[in-house]
Amino acid sequence: MSFMKAVLGTVSAIALSATAALADPAIIYDLGGKFDKSFNEAAFNGAERWAKETGGTYRDIELSSEAQREQALRRFAEGGFNPIVVTGFAFASALETVAADYPDTKFAIIDMVVGNDNVRSVVFTEHEGSYLVGVAAAKASKSGTVGFIGGMDIPLIRKFACGYVQGVKATNAGATVIQNMTGTTPSAWNDPVKGAELTKAQIGQGADVVYAAAGGTGVGVLQTAADEGVLSIGVDSNQNYLHPGSVLTSMIKRVDVAVFNAFSAGADLETGFHVLGTANGGIDYALDENNAAIFTDEIKAAVDAAKAGIIDGSIQVHDYMSDNSCPVM
Amino acid sequence: METMPRWADVILVPLINLVLAFSVAGLVVLAIGQNPLDAIYFMIKGSLGSTRGIGYTLYYATNYIFTGLAVAVAFHARLFNIGGEGQAAVSGIGAAVVMLAFDWPHWALALPFAIIGAGLFGAAWAFIPAWLQAKRGSHIVITTIMFNFIGAALLGYLLNGLLKSPHTQNAETVNFPEGAHLPTAHEVLAPLGIAFNKSAPANISFLLAIACAVLVWYLLWRTRLGYQIRAFGKSEAAAKYAGINAVRITIVTMLISGALAGMLSINVVVGEQERLIKEFVEGAGFVGIAVALMGRSHPFGIVLAALLFGMLTQGGFELLFEMPAISREMVLVIQALIILFTGALNYMVHDPVERLFLRRRKRKA
Repeated sequence: MSFMKAVLGTVSAIALSATAALADPAIIYDLGGKFDKSFNEAAFNGAERWAKETGGTYRDIELSSEAQREQALRRFAEGGFNPIVVTGFAFASALETVAADYPDTKFAIIDMVVGNDNVRSVVFTEHEGSYLVGVAAAKASKSGTVGFIGGMDIPLIRKFACGYVQGVKATNAGATVIQNMTGTTPSAWNDPVKGAELTKAQIGQGADVVYAAAGGTGVGVLQTAADEGVLSIGVDSNQNYLHPGSVLTSMIKRVDVAVFNAFSAGADLETGFHVLGTANGGIDYALDENNAAIFTDEIKAAVDAAKAGIIDGSIQVHDYMSDNSCPVM
Repeated sequence: METMPRWADVILVPLINLVLAFSVAGLVVLAIGQNPLDAIYFMIKGSLGSTRGIGYTLYYATNYIFTGLAVAVAFHARLFNIGGEGQAAVSGIGAAVVMLAFDWPHWALALPFAIIGAGLFGAAWAFIPAWLQAKRGSHIVITTIMFNFIGAALLGYLLNGLLKSPHTQNAETVNFPEGAHLPTAHEVLAPLGIAFNKSAPANISFLLAIACAVLVWYLLWRTRLGYQIRAFGKSEAAAKYAGINAVRITIVTMLISGALAGMLSINVVVGEQERLIKEFVEGAGFVGIAVALMGRSHPFGIVLAALLFGMLTQGGFELLFEMPAISREMVLVIQALIILFTGALNYMVHDPVERLFLRRRKRKA
C-alpha cells in the first residue's frame, strides 16, 4: 500500500492506529447495538463506570453482520487488547475459535459458557431474582392472580418464568400465574404492541401484577399496566422510573458489574465459570424513590427474608436450565 | 437516437457519481470533526490493504454479485424483483436440508447438490409472486417485498422448531458435516505458494459467482430465451405481437432471478457459517438492487459494483476500529450516500455528461 500512502501523504495513520497502549480492555456489543436501553446498554454503562473510576481507556465496537463477530474478536486480539469482553450467547462459537488462536489474551463472555482456558464465562442466576419479584408480586396482588410475559420462547426465559412462579407459589400457594411468551423469533424481543395486547388479555383474566421479561417488548407491558391501573415488574435494568407508582419493582441483572469486574481485573482476569447471583450482588430487586410508595414495608420484609434464605441456602430455587423442566409448572 | 459513447456511460458516469458521493460523505465526516482523507485512507487500506481485508471484501462482494445478478436478470424483463432478501433467506433452508441430509464425505460431492437445493428453494420463493404477476396482475414489487417478511418468518419458525439444534439457545441448526467444508481462499492459494489470511471468509463461492456472471451474460445476449426476456422488457406489447408468451417469460425470468439470489446461501451458509442461522442475508438482497443499478444490469458492471460495495462493507467496518469517533450509524450514512448518488441520482450526472458529448460531436461535424 505504499502507493496509497504516497497519495495521501497527509494521513496521520500512526496517531489513529488501532493498537492498544498498555493492554487496554475492549468490549464488543451484540447486533442490538450499545444503546438498546437494556442488556448491551448495561454493559456499556459498566465499561463507562470503569473508565470514569480508574481514568483508563477502553475500546468498543458495534457489529452489523454475523461474519463480523469473529472478525472483531480477532481484530482486538491482534491489537493487543486484554481482556476482551463480549455480550450475549450468540458470540459462543466465534469466541471458541478465536480464543484458541490467542491463548495469551483473556476473554469474557456474558450469558454463556465457553470452555476455553482463557475465557471467563459469566452467567447470572436469573431464577433467584425472578423468585424475589415473584414473592413481591404475590404480596402486592389483591386478586390472587399475577401475570408473566416473556420475550422469545427460549430456555433462558423459561428460567425467568419458573423462578417467578416458585416465588409466587411459595408466598401464596393458591395464587394463579398466567404466562405468555411474545413469540418464537428474535422479533419477540422488540414488539411492544404485542406486549401491550398480552398485558390487556392477562388483566382481563384478573391479573393485577405483570412481570415482563421481554427486552424492548416489556416497554409496552409496563405502559399498558400503568394505563390500566395495575402493577408491573421491570427486568434487567432498574425500570422503576418509567412509570413511578405503577412499576412495583425491577429484577436487576447487573451486566454492568460483570463488565466492570472484567475490566478491573485487566490482563490478570481469572478465567473459568463465574456466577453472579443474589449472594454477590449480581442479581437484586430495585427499590428507589419511584416505587417507595407502593413497595410497602410488608412486601419488603417478605422479599428480604426470601433473599436472605436464598443466600444462606435455606431456600433452593429450581433452575429451569439445569434439567429443562419446572416442578411448579 | 444519438447517445454518448458506451465507455462514458459505463465507466465515466459511475466514476463521477462516486467522486460526488465521496465528496458529500467527506463533508459529513468533516462535520463531526474528523479528517475525511483519513477516513478514505482507512476504508481503502482496510478493504484492500491486507489479505484479510481482501478476503472479507471478496466474501461480501460474492454475496452482492449473486443478488445483483438476480435483480438484473429480472430487470431486463422489466420486472423489479426486490424480493432477493426473502429468496436468499428461504434458499438457506434448501441448502441446509441438503447439507444435513447426508454425512457428506467431500465438498466437491456436496456442493452441486447444495447449489441445486439452494437454487430450487430460492426459485420456489420467487415463483409465487411471479405467478401472481403473470396470471393475476398483482404488482411484483408489492408481492416480492411482502414475501421477504413471510420468508423471514418461515426461516425463524423452522429454526425454532424442526431444524433447531438441541445444543444451543440460538435459533440455528447443528453444524454441517465437516467433510463438506468448502475450501477458503487460504486453502485454495496455499498450494500455489500464495500466503492468504486464514481467518478471512472468502471461499470458492466467489468462483461460482463469477461463473454465474458469465452464464447470465451468455443467457441474456447469446440465447433465444435471453432475447425473449430482453424483448419482453423493452416492449411487452411488441413482444406479445411477436409471439412471445408473456406468462412464460415472467415466470421463467423470476425463477432464474430467485435461484441466483439463492446462491447467496452457498457463500454464507455453506461456505462461511457452515450451519443455518437466522439473520444470514443481512440486507444483501437490497444492496443487490443498488449493485444492479450501478452495474447498468450488465454482469461485468455488476461484478465491479459488487466489489465496490464489498469494499464499502469491509472498509466501513475497519473504519470503526481505526476511528472510534465514527459510529456504526455514520458508516451507514456514508454507504447510503454512495448508493444515493450511484443509484437514485444517476441521471443528475448522466444527462449533463451526455449533452456535453453531443455538443462536442456536433462541433466536429
